[in-house]
Amino acid sequence: MKKAKWIVPTVYIIFLMLPIYWLLNMSFKTTTEIINTYTLWPQEFTLENYKTIFTDSTWYTGYLNSIYYVVMNTVISVAAALPAAYAFSRYKFLGDKHLFFWLLTNRMAPPAVFALPFFQFYSSVNLFDTHVAVALSHCLFNIPLAVWILEGFMSAVPKELDETAYVDGYSFWRFFFKIFIPTITAGIGITMFFCFMFSWVELLLAKTLTAVAAKPIAATMTRTASTSGYELGLLAAAGSLTIIPGAIVIYFVRNYIAKGFALGRV
Amino acid sequence: MNKTINQKAWFFVIPVFVLVAFNAIIPLMTVVNYAFQETFGNNVFMWEGTRWFKQIMLSERFHASLGRQFLFTFIILFIQIPLGIAIALTMPKEGVGVPVCLVLMSMPLLIPWNVVGAMWNIFALPDIGFLGHSLNALGFDYNFTQQIGDAWFTTILMDVWHWTSLVVLLSYAGLQSIQPAYYQAAEIDGASRWAVFTKIELPKMKKVLTIAILLRFMDSFMIYTEPFVLTGGGPGNATAFLSIDLVKMALGQFDLGPAAAMSLIYFFIVLLVCWVFYTLMMRNEGNQ
Repeated sequence: MKKAKWIVPTVYIIFLMLPIYWLLNMSFKTTTEIINTYTLWPQEFTLENYKTIFTDSTWYTGYLNSIYYVVMNTVISVAAALPAAYAFSRYKFLGDKHLFFWLLTNRMAPPAVFALPFFQFYSSVNLFDTHVAVALSHCLFNIPLAVWILEGFMSAVPKELDETAYVDGYSFWRFFFKIFIPTITAGIGITMFFCFMFSWVELLLAKTLTAVAAKPIAATMTRTASTSGYELGLLAAAGSLTIIPGAIVIYFVRNYIAKGFALGRV
Repeated sequence: MNKTINQKAWFFVIPVFVLVAFNAIIPLMTVVNYAFQETFGNNVFMWEGTRWFKQIMLSERFHASLGRQFLFTFIILFIQIPLGIAIALTMPKEGVGVPVCLVLMSMPLLIPWNVVGAMWNIFALPDIGFLGHSLNALGFDYNFTQQIGDAWFTTILMDVWHWTSLVVLLSYAGLQSIQPAYYQAAEIDGASRWAVFTKIELPKMKKVLTIAILLRFMDSFMIYTEPFVLTGGGPGNATAFLSIDLVKMALGQFDLGPAAAMSLIYFFIVLLVCWVFYTLMMRNEGNQ
């Protein structure tokens, strides 16, 4: 029984890795090999696809654009959510419960519902095709998420901490930045992780709100698939590269993940 | 925690309120505008009342995509929740295995959604994809771009691949929070493995499982990018779920009135189900 237990997670991980392996496999093949033969690993190993991506500016600017708006969104979301989450965790105020649920409803709103109005709205305020537009539009679901996660972490901090600090003569803001924020760094880390994650993987809004200047990498990929005759190798290489930022982020927060989920706030 | 009443707390909430309202209320008003009026561009509107709503509610196209959506959501919940619990139960509880499992299992969650679609497209192609090629070699007549059953099979398998890990991580976190004393007590009482699961583990996981079901419901109900890239909603309309159908109507055919009415109905369904979940969840929290 003890030994058999390993089988389930192992089989599951193999199942998870297979499509990723296949993508990597394709990315190291030449287009002719992909089209003409079925091979389990590259016969003529080539880095040509990756070279194209790193030298062609339409490709690599896609990455830069994505990273740019994702970071911007993460910073805005966490910065705005910190005081709000504090208010929700410490105080009762008029309409607090309704406001909290209203925030959550925005996490529930299907992005497809917002695609067209966002396009018109951001065009009318002259923000179409800018990084700011995408970063702001992702606030729609990331801010509620950030408030939700942070509120969970802040509620776990005993209120005595606040009171002791005031007795010691700390002003509110000094207490907030000097004492309170350092005690919830783990929570902030996890919040940033989730904001990064959901902004990084979202495409529908990012694609709708951009044309050229702020086009995300994921949208560059869809264009290639449709216009230049299905260059699978190139597509696979671009796809493989999009996995890297996520993998790096997850490596850094690996010890916090289980803890973050334990609070039941995602 | 006992909270103090403090109306000034609103000042802390203002940045969040402004940012979200900017994104939610103004665009939503546009949708409401379109839902009740007819427009020929140039900001000229004519009042249509509830015509678009009636049209959508009675249209077979909407019924069909709503039906497909519910079917898809129920199938993936039915697979992912038990599978996620099973994997969480068998995962190592300590040692090097833990970070390895956590990192590898989280991988699918961090891949952009259209890359997930593209990856599965390449993986499932009948001639050069590993899955498609293997299935055909085993004697199945498999082609997800042409056969409805295969398209559904591939879409569901892709979603299971993509999101089961979320259920695993949540259940795992729930399991980790159980004190060893519970297991020791169960052992002394000679409880069976099944009894330990139903009497100790499942009740302790109730809260995280509610969240898992809520999240999986919400996200699968608004699924767009992955099936759009994988099957394009085809063959025919076989995998055109609500969001795909909506975007097709709004941006493809530019039927703004019906599309806006559909958006509101769609949003309302999601809200209703989530509100029920949320109330149940908060009631649970209150009991504890």
